[in-house]
Amino acid sequence: MSKQIDIRDLNVYYGDFLAVEGVNLTIKANSVMAFIGPSGCGKSTLLRSINRMHEVIPGAITKGQILLDGEDIYGPNVDPVLVRRTIGMVFQRPNPFPTMSIYENVIAGLKLEKDKSRKESMDDIVESSLRGANLWAEVKDRLKRPGASLSGGQQQRLCIARAIAVQPQVLLMDEPCSALDPISTLAIEDLIRELKDRYTIIIVTHNMQQAGRVSDNTAFFNISAVGQPGIMIETGPTSEIFTKPQNQQTEDYVSGRFG
Amino acid sequence: MATITQPPTQEQPLDPDGIAGSSVRRGDRTFLGLSTGSGIFVLVLMAGIAVFLIWQSIPAFTENTANPLTEQSWLPDADPPVFGFAVLFFGTIVTSIIAMLLAVPIGYGIALFIAFYAPARVASILGFLVDLLAAVPSIIFGLWGLYYFMPYVVPAAEWLSQYLGWIPLFANDPEIWTKSILMAGLVLAIMILPTVSAISREVFLQVPRMHVEAALALGATRWEMIRMAVFPFSRPGMISAAMLGLGRALGETIAVALVLSAVFEINWQITAPGGNSFAANIALKWGEAGDVGRSALIASGLVLFFITLIVNMTARWVISRRKDFSGAN
Amino acid sequence: MAIASAERATGSVHLTGRRLPRWAPWALAAASVGVGLLVQFSGITAMGLAPGIVAALVFLIGQTTASGIVEGRRHAVDRLATTLVYTTFVLALAPLLWILITVTIKGLSVMSPEFLTGTMRNINPRDAGGGLFHAFIGTLIQVGIAALIAVPIGVLAAIYLVEFGRGKLAYFISFFVDVMTGIPSIVAGLFIFTALILTGVLEQSGLAGAFALAILMLPVIIRATEEMLRIVPNELREGALALGVPKWKVVLRIVIPTAISGIITGVMLSVARVAGETAPLLLTTFLAQSTNFNPISGSQASLPTFIWDQISRGTNAAVDRAWGGALALILFVLVLYAGARLISRYFAPKTS
Repeated sequence: MSKQIDIRDLNVYYGDFLAVEGVNLTIKANSVMAFIGPSGCGKSTLLRSINRMHEVIPGAITKGQILLDGEDIYGPNVDPVLVRRTIGMVFQRPNPFPTMSIYENVIAGLKLEKDKSRKESMDDIVESSLRGANLWAEVKDRLKRPGASLSGGQQQRLCIARAIAVQPQVLLMDEPCSALDPISTLAIEDLIRELKDRYTIIIVTHNMQQAGRVSDNTAFFNISAVGQPGIMIETGPTSEIFTKPQNQQTEDYVSGRFG
Repeated sequence: MATITQPPTQEQPLDPDGIAGSSVRRGDRTFLGLSTGSGIFVLVLMAGIAVFLIWQSIPAFTENTANPLTEQSWLPDADPPVFGFAVLFFGTIVTSIIAMLLAVPIGYGIALFIAFYAPARVASILGFLVDLLAAVPSIIFGLWGLYYFMPYVVPAAEWLSQYLGWIPLFANDPEIWTKSILMAGLVLAIMILPTVSAISREVFLQVPRMHVEAALALGATRWEMIRMAVFPFSRPGMISAAMLGLGRALGETIAVALVLSAVFEINWQITAPGGNSFAANIALKWGEAGDVGRSALIASGLVLFFITLIVNMTARWVISRRKDFSGAN
Repeated sequence: MAIASAERATGSVHLTGRRLPRWAPWALAAASVGVGLLVQFSGITAMGLAPGIVAALVFLIGQTTASGIVEGRRHAVDRLATTLVYTTFVLALAPLLWILITVTIKGLSVMSPEFLTGTMRNINPRDAGGGLFHAFIGTLIQVGIAALIAVPIGVLAAIYLVEFGRGKLAYFISFFVDVMTGIPSIVAGLFIFTALILTGVLEQSGLAGAFALAILMLPVIIRATEEMLRIVPNELREGALALGVPKWKVVLRIVIPTAISGIITGVMLSVARVAGETAPLLLTTFLAQSTNFNPISGSQASLPTFIWDQISRGTNAAVDRAWGGALALILFVLVLYAGARLISRYFAPKTS
């Protein structure tokens, strides 16, 4: 089953710089949560801290708790490698490995650990993952071609297939459509709606229509000034955030008055 | 869909023809002529090196009474002149192979350390220190190798011979341990280390961050990330770095001349002296050479020139091909 | 996906893989050092291996085994790779420090005012004394002339490649500049010998040596200048051209001044590189024992050939002088090198 995420009193730092402050947020299992807010408000930073990709940047640290079904992913003895296998990530720009074929890209994460409990052959996993990413029909005849030979939208779906091939519980998506054209964007949005049956999904987006189309819940982030930490202003069901927000800042943002 | 594959825009500042062609200004024409001439000068120089070396080695080749590829002695000033490059090929190639076997993996390791392991704050300082190694003149490597490094290499060679002597390569029948082929290979390894590490470091730093992050986000350890995202992307550059290091090892003169015994014979036992290198042989024999002797040394320089030319051209060709698969970048 | 989801339903997540405690590597390192000391002082021979090597092997094998048992294969491999990568770096720094310290200590022992101002004229190889003044003057003259030859040609060739060159010719020039960086230095010496000395254009002299060094400098200068010119923003060129300034003035007045610090850096690095070259000078300048200010006539000493000459004499006094020469040479090179770095750091145009 997919997992619930509870973020408690989370501060995220780059060295001494506090980038995100005091976030408390619950993301229910099998739901889509959208992070929205103006540029630089820390929503991508927060997203990257949920699978411990944040700490890949030298000097970057977090304080507080992020619980995955009650287990703190920043707890002692927690292996970030296992966290990242459990919480998959799709990036802003499609990033298939350029020297690998479509097939090799899908199984790239899988090859790291031979999971003996899985009896499926690699071929089956490639097929099911690509089907899961709505890409199978388009690429089934050219699995040996380089991943980079696909169009941008297809590459992004390939990256989603690569992420779900390792069977994560949660999928993080960092503006997955910002580098794509409208048709590819629609394909990804359709896919997100399908994927939430199996995964908990958190998506960062600049596009409020997109948040409205794909997410169940929305969290709005803002900064009071440049150089100040990002804070979560408000969260709730997406329909409420967009129609009757509690906070004036949220209303200004969703009505397009700034940002 | 053109979001990912950027059009291959070659960065060309301006249209030179539009300016140079339509312009009647003497200044522009003179300037274009001077700069083009300087560029062409490089080609002329390379051709000139080949032409003059060929021309001056003709006497040696016509006087030589032995097969220059197989003959194992070097008596060009004898009557009749007898010389061949076999020993030089052997010495040059074997010392370079030893140097490569050590310097290439270590050089990659240093580059990985600076690019992915060292704390960001000290990485550039550490890179500078390794570059400093490249600034040490080769004669100082030779001097240090001869008086300070060799006393440590001799026991190492004796150890190799004692425990691995059943492998013919490590046996030592002459029982001479100083100025061995191994010694020359070790000094060369240290000397080409900065070449290998500096170029592979550049290549590693060019690996797009998004590929690194893609691997880490799939749950790769740091080493798995390097194997998954860094090595495949960097392979041409790494090959090129190794070959440029090889080019340097093949042509190194003074350090080899100081630490490798000038015994002119082929001995496969690398813990003992045997063989000499093209470059070192020229430096050692130049002073005492007569007319045919000089011509023979020039001929050996010509061979060395072509060997390094091929190695360097291959290295450049390999790295220039990397543009073909840069992929989503 | 049917099979996969069925499995997922039963599978539980475990984020806490078994890890080695933080103190484990340190404890293991201490134990390894202990084993090393044991080998050093107890007479246990361990196949005659040096204690340091034994300690390193114990650590490497111990950590990989422990990690493999506790953390699994993947973490064991990762730890092994990390240890090896750190080791390579130590292996590279060791000879550098060793050489610098040795040269400093040995060199200082012969350094004296007399050593810096004297020459080898009328000095018996067996006797102490003498100096390297003649060699230092020779190096300055030869390297200076080489720079005077190579800098204009190199900068102009780089201008051609960046500002004018296109098509096959530019490609060939660019390719052969790269190839030229790999020419063995002795080949440059042989070329000057055959082209200029054997043909009677020059005698063996400082000038002939300078020509050989210029060949070695040329590709370094071209590459460095080219890189610097390429990062000059096009807006600068276009802005000036739009004002009707002729191209050559744009290059001389705008492009070159913007890139000048990088070009100077490249020139200094190339000077540092050739200042230590011995092989080409052996064929072109010959050895000399006294000061010769005239680059056109007569053999001329230089720091590298001075060191070579003293080593080949082999007496204790001569080898001591060689170390003194090595210290002078390395200081000369390092000053150029550090100066180049400082210039590039403080005067570089901002690229972003």
